[in-house]
Amino acid sequence: MSTPAAARRPLAATLTGGGARPRPGRRALWVAAAAGLLLLALAVGVLVGPAGLTPRAVLLELWHAATGSGAASGLSSQQEAILWQIRLPRVVLGALVGAMLALAGAAYQGVFRNPLADPYLLGVSSGAGLGATLAIVAGGSLAGLGLPVVAFLGGLVGVAATYALGSSVGGGARSSVVIVLAGVAVAAFLNAVQTFVQQRYDDTLRSVYSWLLGRLSTQGWAEVLTVLPYVVLASVVVLLHRRVLDVMSVGDTEARSLGVDAGRTRLVLVLAATLGTAAVVSVSGLIGFVGIVVPHAVRLVLGASHRTLLPVSMLLGAAFLVGADVLARTVMSPAELPIGVVTALVGAPFFVVVLRRARLR
Amino acid sequence: MNARTTRRLAAVASLPLAALLVAACGGDGTTSTPADGATTSGGAASEAAAPDAADTSAAPSDPASAPTGDAAGDFPVTVASGQLPDTTDLVVEERPTSIVSISPTATEMLFAVGAGEQVVAVDAFSYYPEEAPVTDLSGFEPNLEAILGYDPDLVVASGDPGDLVSGLDAAGVPTLLLPSALDLEESYDQVRRVGAATGHADAAEDVVAETQANIDAAVADAGDAGEGLTYYHELDPSFFTASGDTFIGEVYGLFGLENIADETGEAYPQLSQEFVVEADPDLVFVTSGDFSASPEEIADRSGWGEVTAVENGDVVVVDADTASRWGPRTDEFARSVADALVDAVPAGR
Repeated sequence: MSTPAAARRPLAATLTGGGARPRPGRRALWVAAAAGLLLLALAVGVLVGPAGLTPRAVLLELWHAATGSGAASGLSSQQEAILWQIRLPRVVLGALVGAMLALAGAAYQGVFRNPLADPYLLGVSSGAGLGATLAIVAGGSLAGLGLPVVAFLGGLVGVAATYALGSSVGGGARSSVVIVLAGVAVAAFLNAVQTFVQQRYDDTLRSVYSWLLGRLSTQGWAEVLTVLPYVVLASVVVLLHRRVLDVMSVGDTEARSLGVDAGRTRLVLVLAATLGTAAVVSVSGLIGFVGIVVPHAVRLVLGASHRTLLPVSMLLGAAFLVGADVLARTVMSPAELPIGVVTALVGAPFFVVVLRRARLR
Repeated sequence: MNARTTRRLAAVASLPLAALLVAACGGDGTTSTPADGATTSGGAASEAAAPDAADTSAAPSDPASAPTGDAAGDFPVTVASGQLPDTTDLVVEERPTSIVSISPTATEMLFAVGAGEQVVAVDAFSYYPEEAPVTDLSGFEPNLEAILGYDPDLVVASGDPGDLVSGLDAAGVPTLLLPSALDLEESYDQVRRVGAATGHADAAEDVVAETQANIDAAVADAGDAGEGLTYYHELDPSFFTASGDTFIGEVYGLFGLENIADETGEAYPQLSQEFVVEADPDLVFVTSGDFSASPEEIADRSGWGEVTAVENGDVVVVDADTASRWGPRTDEFARSVADALVDAVPAGR
């Protein structure tokens, strides 16, 4: 694609890697800014919540814990428990989930050169959703495994089915289009099975529904520790491929001429992103929108170079979800909104603004 | 998971769902020919019914709900169908002899007023009383053809999903809609409506009077043990709860207990965990069932060790059915609350 065309059609350009590429110095600046935004979101997330902890008391408590000195925070024992065992792990989990979903989205979009690819394509979400539904329906008998484990396995089964189906098509086995279409078919099938199971066991509808809407409620630090290794592993693998992703963005044939095995790279990246996604989805339920919108927003503003896109998407994804969770916890306080509802309600208008600004440029 | 467990889950799950359905359907649905309305003695408009609470035990012939006067068999009869006060008049032409109930609560009411012998089929979750003719009919996804297969002359349901009522109406079958009652008075009124529609109006009065008397006795036995204590009634581990603004909360309120969820202004809100812990309830009631948390699991929750109810071991399991069905067994639920207060409070005070 020629440069003038790219300048006139920034949207199309972003999908093919033709967007602006910031100079290294500016890139560092953007990463720093995104990190700052994340810090701000974390601070707000820790300071704001339905429980009436004053920001001052929270700061005193944190200062006291960090330095072992300072004035007493004046928090009651319930409030201390809320801060350390409920709110902090929830904020950290939100950051991990948001970072993972946004990173996986950016990776999928790059790997498949498909703007609509996100963690929920390829059967990950529908597999995890079916797994969660089965776990909830089966209740006691699957309790030994637990909902997160079954959802995780379901997510892996979903993506494995997609990949097997895509490969079985033959000649086009490694073509991104075939894989994406296979993902659509697998997702539709798994969704149908899930709906069928739900209808058969309609007494569990509310529990399933609650999970499908996404939820960052934690049992403390357990979920954070469960998810952390997968998120770290997936992030490292994907981030190490940031240059290869740029090469692949021009096309499989071109990539091969540059010495990149597109098929193998795709498999590695998809597996890593899926593993991380399945892990976070299994504890948080289905939180839509983050994986598709955050990377696009970053692309529209910073261009499509994965060297910037991936880290900034991670940081902003984390900030976005932590912020959305603050809203979920407080808007209807003390009742709670499903975070999946908040991410879409807040994310969609935000994305439209970014889109308009990018077009005007 | 065994069938009984499944049914218990259903009882809990049905509460907010039922509330949703009620809101969605707007209480409309039944149609009846207005001309027939004149044929009954007390077929008055259904307005006057609800608000006047306390004295209904002394008023056996509530005009809206128990229209037929004396003997258990004056048909045709006009009964209010739907949620008070937006009910519609339902005309039952003859004493029904093949009733299908797809609402577990309605099934309990039917048998309590003595209409059990007229019942030919009940839904899969109607397992009380034991003699109820359980089938695989579903109240959530009612199958019109399956219901009509029992050749009913009256169908009792708690909601109208999938245009059930108009479908039955087209087949000439009257449907008595008894949605999730919003308070005790409405549940009593529903018992009366079931009695009137089945020819057991007098027995229904007795059931209501007995339920009220038993609840009063339970409250009296507890004395002021619950006065001013706060509680949290957990419906499921994602912190769905029933606020004081439900018939469940009303029962707790009779004991002087205060619901921590009241400030939400919702009947069945989903609370955030932070809020529950900070509210620091004196008592936690959790409904029985595999999907509900056990007292041990609640005590193990991160951050819950500081909650007064957990510290004092006052996490109480209440039966999921009697605590979720607005029927004639509400007195059993009241009794379990009374027992819990008598047991728990000495430790807490």
